[in-house]
Amino acid sequence: MNRRPTPGASGRTWWKTALGVFFTAVMLFPVYWMFNVSLTRTSDLRADPPHWFPWAPTTEGYQAVLAQQLPALGTSLLVGLGCVVLTVVIAAPAGYAVAQLRLPGRGTLNFLLLVAQMIPAVVMAMGFYAVYVRLGLLNSVGGLIVADSTIAVPFGVLLYTAFMAGIPRELLQAARVDGANAWRTFVSVVLPLSRNSTLTVALFAFLWAWSDFIFASTLDRNGDLVPITLGIYQYIGNNTTQWNAIMATAVVASVPAAVLLVVAQRFVTAGVTAGAVKD
Amino acid sequence: MVLALPAPRRRPSTRGSARGWTAAGFAAPLLVYLVLFYAYPLWRNVDLSVHDYTIRAFVQGNAEFVGLEKYAEIFASDTFTTALTNTAIFTLASILFQYAIGLALAVFFRSGFRLSTLLRAMFLVPWLLPLIVSASTWAWMLSSENGIVNSFLGAFGVPQINWLTSPDTALLAVTIANIWLGIPFNLVILHSGLQSIPGDVYEAASLDGAGPWRQFWSITFPLLRPVSAITLLLGLIYTLKVVDVIWVMTTGGPGDTSTTLAIWSYREAFGTGQPDFSPAAAVGNVLIVIALVFGFLHLQIQRRQEDS
Repeated sequence: MNRRPTPGASGRTWWKTALGVFFTAVMLFPVYWMFNVSLTRTSDLRADPPHWFPWAPTTEGYQAVLAQQLPALGTSLLVGLGCVVLTVVIAAPAGYAVAQLRLPGRGTLNFLLLVAQMIPAVVMAMGFYAVYVRLGLLNSVGGLIVADSTIAVPFGVLLYTAFMAGIPRELLQAARVDGANAWRTFVSVVLPLSRNSTLTVALFAFLWAWSDFIFASTLDRNGDLVPITLGIYQYIGNNTTQWNAIMATAVVASVPAAVLLVVAQRFVTAGVTAGAVKD
Repeated sequence: MVLALPAPRRRPSTRGSARGWTAAGFAAPLLVYLVLFYAYPLWRNVDLSVHDYTIRAFVQGNAEFVGLEKYAEIFASDTFTTALTNTAIFTLASILFQYAIGLALAVFFRSGFRLSTLLRAMFLVPWLLPLIVSASTWAWMLSSENGIVNSFLGAFGVPQINWLTSPDTALLAVTIANIWLGIPFNLVILHSGLQSIPGDVYEAASLDGAGPWRQFWSITFPLLRPVSAITLLLGLIYTLKVVDVIWVMTTGGPGDTSTTLAIWSYREAFGTGQPDFSPAAAVGNVLIVIALVFGFLHLQIQRRQEDS
């Protein structure tokens, strides 16, 4: 590392770094605490004062996760991936239609998509429940995938539209001159160019489906396959003594978020600064 | 949720109709999707609220039409006033503190320092965690007997607080957790807003002898006003909908003391052994109306900013 301080950098701002580390530590304390409790022995859970550090770490909690929650993790993975596929398949062509093909009524459509994002999930859940009860889709993974995708589809279309509107028209015209029709242009020019948008959309679609509790707890609560969020919830309801197991499940359920933050932080910030809001 | 994007405007073409059909083809899956999975459930929800649905009527589909009776019932209910007040307190306190803390942090992180990018990225963590994870962690931290928060306060001589089980503190407890959840979003949006304020404005101000405090109030805050308005409104629309956090921490209790409109709706429909869908749907529709009022305000502000 270059040891010569650049003006205003290391020398004069070390206290800012220190303060920043302090703020981050305070902010992330609940996350640390979740981790700490997940490693605490059941007998130490009720210790007063609580153990600030797991001096005698145990894997009891994680063993319980492995023994009981693997199917739930699998279900969440399935729901998340299903939601990604459904979202991208619907949003990408729609974005192309709005951004490049001058879809008639695109202004109205844009408006509807913005409004759609403002509808509370609890209302959607009731509507879906009423529909699914008749169709027999309650407690099915497919039904949950469709419901979860409603969080991500409007976001996906708007994100694709924003990006695809910026693709130079010359590029698409060149493809047309070479004899490609709209579909061919979409598949071999537009989609590859929109790779980063697809990654951002997929990332959020997965994360939102993985994190969903409202739809899971209303449409899939008696299912054979429940997602991990419901697994945690049922845990809380059942054995309130084993908070180390609950917190261990919570830690495991947080893994995708952590992985995405490390691997794809660029896309996370891209999604947020494009104006993404959770839910 | 995405901020309003300008719909791409182009001059109308003379041979537009074939193109129009192609466009419709590409948009068709979305249009079908919106009708089936947005419009239809929402319609069913309206339908629920104007009928008297019991579980049996639900399956058989022969519920009695009662018009606006369910709406009259919920407006007359004691819970309505409580839920409305709680929604207002929960929402306003959440967005104000999220905004103030988010803005303070954004200003702090503005002048990059060693590790600042990494630390700022770590601030995203609470935002990315599943809500149920955060909510259950907070529930355990705030637990009366074994909670770390009470243990910490106890070191300063504060007597035990029953955060989640006392009528006086339940709403406060869920609000604190929700503020924590919203800080990352405010930080990220406000931080990117700050980037668009040119640095030489600050240089000029500092040459004129304006200190950091003065600079904040006469430059940062006024110039950030458009971004602030959007951030606060989006936060408001989002906070109105919150169910997970409150439900997991207090289920709206004790009594109705932490019941918001969203929680009330959820509880009527799914939270008790006996689902009561009609009033739940009515409450839900009231909530939609409130959300849309602020939603349109948001779109209005957004449009005005694009025009200017």
